Amino acid sequence: MDPRVAIISDRLKSIKKIIAIAAGKGGVGKSTIATGLALVLSQLGYKIGLLDLDFYGPSSHVILGLSEEIQPREERGIVPPTVHGIELMSLVFYTGKNPTPLRGPDLTNALIELLAITRWGDLDFLIVDMPPGMGETTLDAIRFLKNPSFLIVTTPSRVAHETVGKLLALLSELNIAILGVLENMRRSSDRARSSFGVRVVGELPFDEGLEDALGDPERFLQTEFAQRLREIASAIFPLPEPRASPPPSLRL
Amino acid sequence: MHEWALAEAVVATAKRAAREQQLRRVTGITVRLGELQQIEREIFKFALEQMLAHEDALVRDAKVVLERERARFRCRVCHREWDFQAEELGSEIAEAIHFIPEVAHAYLRCPSCRSPDFDVMAGRGVWLASLEGEE
Repeated sequence: MDPRVAIISDRLKSIKKIIAIAAGKGGVGKSTIATGLALVLSQLGYKIGLLDLDFYGPSSHVILGLSEEIQPREERGIVPPTVHGIELMSLVFYTGKNPTPLRGPDLTNALIELLAITRWGDLDFLIVDMPPGMGETTLDAIRFLKNPSFLIVTTPSRVAHETVGKLLALLSELNIAILGVLENMRRSSDRARSSFGVRVVGELPFDEGLEDALGDPERFLQTEFAQRLREIASAIFPLPEPRASPPPSLRL
Repeated sequence: MHEWALAEAVVATAKRAAREQQLRRVTGITVRLGELQQIEREIFKFALEQMLAHEDALVRDAKVVLERERARFRCRVCHREWDFQAEELGSEIAEAIHFIPEVAHAYLRCPSCRSPDFDVMAGRGVWLASLEGEE
């Protein structure tokens, strides 16, 4: 009997809400949006964790500009390092720059292990950067994460829309909460093309300055992309309630 | 100590299984430690016994038995089978595999054809092998 599965719900107990950033296909900007959303929500005052489940192409650490010496701390499990205010967990801490070819059961095992040993702090949101499509890890995330809400990313391309329709159909069939669809890389010339039957929560512009800001969160937060993402996040999520401040310490 | 996290998982699973089997008291817990995960046997045993001692009567007096399982790989390309040799790895790689055994695919290769496409046939990690108890 696999002992790890029973402990996963305990490990996720300190998290109020899990938001999976997913897409029907790769290359639409999931990781940039997942990491960007983590940064803007953190800036808005929420306690945020970021879990990179794109095991073949983890990239949250690149967008956050993580230096190589930063590692999780070992303490009755592994404690994610806090990077720019965000608790980050990624397989990249254990694979570095090496390619990690994994077959299906290995993907499931790696996910279970990560969820079973990671000790998150008290979080308002855990943002999950999902791999593209509806393979092993997407199905496992639905199985093991408690009531995740999905935010689906697409581009204006017909090709992306086609795959989003299928992902939405699957999630609806499984009764998974869908926050809505976010259209990325929109240019002014793009025709509006939608109707997914779910809420389109916003559009993000194709931002020429974005690439140069990757790896530098301060600069990233100044981009048009991040500003727009902040507006969208503020519209979807109510502002956090102020946290109880610790009792003032007496200086004797 | 990552061993504590896995010991905690074993306790949670043993309790769940005992309730499902309608056991009144668990008298023995056998855990198989797969070699690939390189669990520190003494730390794991200590952690497990400490945690059990703080549990309720269902599992408190369970005797812990640890079994070791050799790790064995099989190449999907050339079908070569081979054993895990932890001592041949650097400490950083050994530690990465200790945390997430699947990252072995980032570092190990088939000794015959150098493929990373191999299966871990046995000895991956921590497994609750059996429970003994009274109904």
